[in-house]
Amino acid sequence: MTTLTRESDQHEGPDVLELDRVTIRFAGDSGDGMQLAGTQFTKTSAVLGNDISTFPDIPAEIRAPQGSLPGVSGFQVSFSSHDIYTPGDAPDVLVAMNPAALNTNIGDLPRGGILVVNEDEFTETNLKKAAYGSNPLDDGSLGAYRVFQVPVSTLNARALKDSGLTAVQVDRCKNMFALGLMFWMYSRPLDTTTRWIDEKFGKNQGVAEANKKALRAGYNFGETTEMFATHYHVPKAKLRPGLYRNITGNEATALGVITASKLAGRTLFYGSYPITPASDILHELSRFKRFGVRTFQAEDEIAAVGAAIGASFGGSLGLTGTSGPGLALKSEAIGLAVMVELPLVVIDVQRAGPSTGMPTKTEQADLLQAMFGRNGESPVAIVAPSTPSDCFQMAIEAWRIAIKYRTPVLYLSDGYLGMGSEPWLVPDYTKLPKMDPDFAHDPATFKPYARDPETLARPWAIPGTPDLEHRIGGLEKSDITGNVNYDAANHDKMVHLRAEKIERIANDIPELEAHGDESGDLLVLGWGSTYGVITTAVQRARAKGLKVSSAHLHHLNPLPKNLGDVLKRYDRVLMPEINLGQMRMLVRSRYLVDIIGLNKVSGRPFTISEVEAKITELAA
Amino acid sequence: MVTASRDDNVKVLSRKDFVSDQEVRWCPGCGDYSILAQTQKLMPELGIPRENIVFISGIGCSSRLPYYVDTYGFHSIHGRAPTIASGLKASRPELSVWVVTGDGDALSIGGNHILHVLRRNVDLQIILHNNEIYGLTKGQYSPTSELGKRTKSSPYGTIDRPLHPLSVAIGAEATFVARSIDTDAHHLVSTLDRAYRHKGASFVEVYQNCNIFNDGAFADFAAKEVRADRTISLEHGKPMIFGKERDKGLRFSGAKFEVVTVGENGVTDADLFVHDETREDPSIAFTLSRMEWPEYPVPVGVLRAVQKPTYNDLMDKQIEMAIEAEGEGDLRDLFLEGDTWTVE
Ligand SMILES: Cc1ncc(C[n+]2csc(CCOP(=O)(O)OP(=O)(O)O)c2C)c(N)n1
Ligand code: SF4
Repeated sequence: MTTLTRESDQHEGPDVLELDRVTIRFAGDSGDGMQLAGTQFTKTSAVLGNDISTFPDIPAEIRAPQGSLPGVSGFQVSFSSHDIYTPGDAPDVLVAMNPAALNTNIGDLPRGGILVVNEDEFTETNLKKAAYGSNPLDDGSLGAYRVFQVPVSTLNARALKDSGLTAVQVDRCKNMFALGLMFWMYSRPLDTTTRWIDEKFGKNQGVAEANKKALRAGYNFGETTEMFATHYHVPKAKLRPGLYRNITGNEATALGVITASKLAGRTLFYGSYPITPASDILHELSRFKRFGVRTFQAEDEIAAVGAAIGASFGGSLGLTGTSGPGLALKSEAIGLAVMVELPLVVIDVQRAGPSTGMPTKTEQADLLQAMFGRNGESPVAIVAPSTPSDCFQMAIEAWRIAIKYRTPVLYLSDGYLGMGSEPWLVPDYTKLPKMDPDFAHDPATFKPYARDPETLARPWAIPGTPDLEHRIGGLEKSDITGNVNYDAANHDKMVHLRAEKIERIANDIPELEAHGDESGDLLVLGWGSTYGVITTAVQRARAKGLKVSSAHLHHLNPLPKNLGDVLKRYDRVLMPEINLGQMRMLVRSRYLVDIIGLNKVSGRPFTISEVEAKITELAA
Repeated sequence: MVTASRDDNVKVLSRKDFVSDQEVRWCPGCGDYSILAQTQKLMPELGIPRENIVFISGIGCSSRLPYYVDTYGFHSIHGRAPTIASGLKASRPELSVWVVTGDGDALSIGGNHILHVLRRNVDLQIILHNNEIYGLTKGQYSPTSELGKRTKSSPYGTIDRPLHPLSVAIGAEATFVARSIDTDAHHLVSTLDRAYRHKGASFVEVYQNCNIFNDGAFADFAAKEVRADRTISLEHGKPMIFGKERDKGLRFSGAKFEVVTVGENGVTDADLFVHDETREDPSIAFTLSRMEWPEYPVPVGVLRAVQKPTYNDLMDKQIEMAIEAEGEGDLRDLFLEGDTWTVE
């Protein structure tokens, strides 16, 4: 959706066209530094004041042969002069650093789209590796696009011929050349990236200079060559006033849990075992020793959650994080946490499954595992962030619930949220509400399984507290005393109490709000990372005059108290999910409303048009 | 439950203070009773406040022990006690943390965790009740059962080779490795005391008789009448002597130990190997861990006790150093890491 308005003739040389939104996809071999180029483009655009949204698409095989189709790495960034909620359906510009990148990405480029290719890489061997029978640059197959063939490798090598670096080192700078060219094309300054290069390669002057030179060479190439008749300008977005930074979902999650630990005045303990796409949370938290964060890289996911439970027993905020297969391993221990009723937050950055599935691709298919993936009646609270920056808020919310209700809380992010980024309005820490761990102290009144009458939470009595010595464990507890008890009536009561405790959280979470009309033809109900596409698709449908509203679930268990009422106010309800209908099943079974599903399980998020098309079909 | 006010810091606790109000429910005659009794006897002698002691166990008969000790306790899930204990100790290093486990719990389902808690050298005590059988699940073979053992799940005899717990511990770089026997009360309590005093992960294997499913598994050498002749009590800096008459000993020749009798074939005290538990090189300790009756007397006592930095200390130190170098974490700065911009 780009509108072209010609700016006044204030520039000489190529015309400058003003656009309100551009989506660029950088694609190349996994060794070509595309993630880096994309990230730098994002940073610069953020600093310029655009709204941004990104989607890295990383190959599953880290060491796929160079130039091969499975080795292609992509990074899509959308930047805009208005609020955006998604990294864009299709790129306006595709930068393809080799034939494989072209082959795997060209299908997404709309007719008329801009294609910038590194023609140097279109050799016979590379074409063969990319499964091309003939050279697409010559055979007319790219006729539908505005193709710019740039000898990136040669130009880059020429620019760096006096750098004193090896040929391999020189070639590694070509992503900076491509980035420089894009900076020129979209009228962005080089200084944010230049500063970053200095910081990153500061110790190695030669490499720093070469990268900066390549960046400038790419920029100057755009400026001087006659190839490009136009370049573009995307004005600042009108975002809410305040201080912003760019943030990925995983970063925001890490900041959220550290903030929670400050708000609760308790140490954060993070037990984790590396797994894509959750590892970045471990990387982030490991850096924050100065906040007293204790990170424990465990021998496996079971040890990770066990250690977190041990830390919570000791009065710290025991946190563990993983992705789908790791959540499967943690199940037994989460059941233990349910039984001992201690605070615990379990992060699941969902990826495509089942089993090892597609580690770098996204999915929302662990919901039922989060909900039911344990033995026995084993309810836990579940929350889900909706955007990369919302990860911050929901991480704090997860801890608020865990601490107040003494329960494990599952936090369902996904690869798309975790790796994607957007501007984050930096909050004022001093205005965030404090959390009281409310430890038990008084031996006169302490009973290990006595409950708060309102929340049904049991006391949190930590070792080191005199005269509160007690024993907990996974065997069924006696009401009040917490002693081991196999009595039938007691078990029945305890099962109900644990379930009721989770249900009561519904009294303590925001009601569901519908955006659009209070009632109407269609409600599009979502949860988690589909927020962006649903919001945009509904906005577009409404602009066309359809009576459509949207609502988004941030609390998945328990569900907001008014959900049933909201569902009844619309003729039809549509629920898009990146799974085969897991939340739809839960909501249908509970409210007996015949929700219509829109489901996609391709490892990729929905596009806006996919959701919009379904809305049109149902509401028009 | 509470027997004394804690106003007085020097309040002396007694064994009674560590007896919980829960009825002990092991089979009559089970070796676990003795281990419990020695544990309760030792606790007041440690001179630490009761509230600072935590017992953490997995699942199995032996893992019920925390219920019976009136301290903080956590009876967790099968094999995972070391993980819970690690998280607790790493976040609350001032606590005295004890892991209670069985041979199945520690070496089958929890095999991975046992290796890692030992190699990390988390400062805690692990008491492995080894009865060479699964007690709680009623008598299947365990990873320490001898090859060919007939049990309910191996009517034709086992075909899996047994693990030697002490060898496993030494292989995992454990800094403290010891063995004792349930029926030798004095030895057991002093071994547990040594384990407590060791800074780092202490691993104590206790031969424990399961009189229901594996009765007499250690009787050949552990029974009172034969113990002196068939076990050897290791003492740091002392020659390796054993036997009722204190006339037998171990000599090191070639790459292995040899049983000799002092006074025979010209053997004197000076020929006997002197036990050095502090040896960095684990090979002698490993060799000791392989010695079995009837070829050798069974070693009991401390095989290895070396000093290494503990995991929890290193974790504390990293945090202190980070705070010293970078200043105490400030959320405002953290939020503003990287590039920021202002929208007016
Ligand atoms: C995940 C899981 N698998 C299996 C069991 C069943 N189980 C309980 S105790 C045990 C073996 C215990 O043997 P050991 O550790 O030697 O302890 P003992 O009872 O002999 O003291 C088994 C298999 C369980 N509780 N949990
Ligand atoms: S089954 Fe064996 S180990 Fe378990 S309590 Fe009985 S005697 Fe002890």
